Amino acid sequence: MKKTIISAFVAISTLITTVGMSFGDLLVPVMTYRVGPFAANGTQNANGFVDYLTMLNERDGGIGGVKIKVEECETGYKAEKGVECYESYRGKNPLVHTPNSTGITLQILAKAPEDKTPILTMGYGLSAAAKGETFPWAFNYPTSYFSQMTSILKYIDSQTGLKDQKIGFIFLESGYGREPIPVLEQLAPKFGFEYFLLPVAGKDAQNQSSHWLTVRKEKPDWMIMWGWGVMNPTAVKAAIKSRYPLDRFVGNWWSAGDVDLGPIGEAGKGYKGATFNATGTDFPAVQDVIKHVVSKGLTKTGSEGPGTVLYNRAMWNAALIAEAIKTAQDITGKKEITGEDMRIGLENFVLDEARLKELGFAGMVAPIVGSCKDHEGAGAAFIQQWDGSKWVKITDAIDPMKDIAQEMLTKAAAQYASNNAGWTTQTCN
Amino acid sequence: MDLLIGIFITPFAEMIGLPDLFFQALWDGFVSGTLYGLIALGFVLIFKASGVFNFAQPILVVLAALALISFYKMGVPAWISVVLVLIMFYALAWLIERLILRKLVNTDGNILFMSTVALSFIIIGAAQWIFGGRPSSMIHKELGIPTGSFEWPMFGGGVYFDLLDISAAVVAVILIVCLGLFFSRTKIGRGLRAVADDHQAALSVGISLNQIWVIVWFVAGVVALVTGIFWGARSDVSFALQIIGFKALPVLIIGGFTSVPGAIVGGLMIGIGEKIFEIYWGPLLGSGVEGWFAYFIALGFLLFKPQGLFGDKIIERV
Repeated sequence: MKKTIISAFVAISTLITTVGMSFGDLLVPVMTYRVGPFAANGTQNANGFVDYLTMLNERDGGIGGVKIKVEECETGYKAEKGVECYESYRGKNPLVHTPNSTGITLQILAKAPEDKTPILTMGYGLSAAAKGETFPWAFNYPTSYFSQMTSILKYIDSQTGLKDQKIGFIFLESGYGREPIPVLEQLAPKFGFEYFLLPVAGKDAQNQSSHWLTVRKEKPDWMIMWGWGVMNPTAVKAAIKSRYPLDRFVGNWWSAGDVDLGPIGEAGKGYKGATFNATGTDFPAVQDVIKHVVSKGLTKTGSEGPGTVLYNRAMWNAALIAEAIKTAQDITGKKEITGEDMRIGLENFVLDEARLKELGFAGMVAPIVGSCKDHEGAGAAFIQQWDGSKWVKITDAIDPMKDIAQEMLTKAAAQYASNNAGWTTQTCN
Repeated sequence: MDLLIGIFITPFAEMIGLPDLFFQALWDGFVSGTLYGLIALGFVLIFKASGVFNFAQPILVVLAALALISFYKMGVPAWISVVLVLIMFYALAWLIERLILRKLVNTDGNILFMSTVALSFIIIGAAQWIFGGRPSSMIHKELGIPTGSFEWPMFGGGVYFDLLDISAAVVAVILIVCLGLFFSRTKIGRGLRAVADDHQAALSVGISLNQIWVIVWFVAGVVALVTGIFWGARSDVSFALQIIGFKALPVLIIGGFTSVPGAIVGGLMIGIGEKIFEIYWGPLLGSGVEGWFAYFIALGFLLFKPQGLFGDKIIERV
């Protein structure tokens, strides 16, 4: 009798678990890092992403009547942990992978075609993934690192001209930090500027005095930073200490968050950063998250989260996924879609001004349309500046140097495909 | 030929051409060196008392800094917060002794080491649960530590001195001297060495192992607090601070795992050496030299002087 009860209990538990995993939910896994040296930024990213999808469940009952199941997998921003997370979702029908790390992206990129699950790396990852014909399963909407670097260089050009300028590039020594270096290599002779590289190892992120002594020796006209985590505030503090003019110091969009400059406050006034999303809580989408999630205590963030750079950006990331799910449901006529359906959604969504307004994102981000050929989208970035207490937008959207960026992306994509024998490509009409 | 010029001529020409930069590098290296020495000191204390590399020391730095800020945010005055953190560390030292060390007396060094690894992860988990992952600003201004900077003009340029750096160097040197005297001139200090040599022998001559361990872990906590305040003020206070803690490893190899003066000398060698090497020879090697320079020097010591500059030479009779 006892054996029968135990067997029945095990069978029912297994059935419940299996049903819970495979049917009735739209499984959206997200790799997060709430621990480790990059936790400060990773936590903001995780909260914005999870809270937006939770809001859709609370407000709309999910997408197309199906609940979204958001599952976090902690990586600590380590590639090997990311691969473990990826593997743990095999067979569970994940709709899309969000690695939140270029290092992890590079590790799992080749697995996506095999598992038929797309990877969305919003504004990070492998730049060449922008070429949809070579990378059918990878997307980096709304812009790539190559494009961003060209936008930053265009901004510098608009301020002082690029000719005869000396640019210092300080970056986290990683796949992420090294990603835009080919752009500098290619454009330096073309525009007549000079550059030097300052790699910062992860373990030296809080100890950059040598790097900034080198800056003092080299006397660059501009500094550009590809930093992350604690590297960002440390670099800004070191720049202040070495009397480097902060209005000549431009971070990329992962080096210009509230979490980076907030603790520095007034002393960081003048520092600039690229971004592709506005800050603030005035947007209806943010208000809905506050109303349906934050005020009900269904979040891990405090009230200070919504409205900040990284939180809003992560919301936008989740919104893009939600829109792709809806598009896939509409196209396939199925409510419970697969990774393959999701890929179709990611290539066909339309987030124009009208749709952005409907979703509550109008004014926060630029319109973007999914495409088979172009997995990057608009590619524009604008520059914001820290005023001592908050980020202030100081330019309109700066389009990348499309001709140059596209040529480099095409070359990089072809190179990747030739280095990976049997690489799956697609033809777009 | 270019390589030889890059190694033997250009760096020295740059030192002479920009002497203010050279002095700035020396000063920055000195400050970093004293702070490395401070971190290393925390390891030395535990190593002297138990013969084990305390893997948990870096997370103690984070714990101290986060606890200090949290008490202050709760409305406790800054210096009272310091006292509360010290009380907390005494309680922690007592708990560690009661729950872990007492059970592991006379066990293999590897077991003790693994217990500090476990302790480290327990503290990380607990601290993240209590304090969250958001970085905070250190309350050094509220503690009365001066901020701001001044420039000392020289050779047509200038050397910048941060008052925070000066304070850090002064406090680190005072702390190191005091601890050096305490452990070399007092009964507790001598007891400490006896405990490190042999637990059972120390117990047999009446040394209270438990008391020594509580004192040493508490003092390591004090060192962690001072380290956390100054390193936290230089960047910010987050769990990333623990990474800097492991910078002490090459310092310990150079200075010797059991030597208080060794910690400061090793720290200064690494601090000044890595700055000078990065600035003048780094470009030849693609920059980023600072990341491995300390370990390169440490490897040299392991090969030719494994006990370090001031470490105890281990003689084992057959």
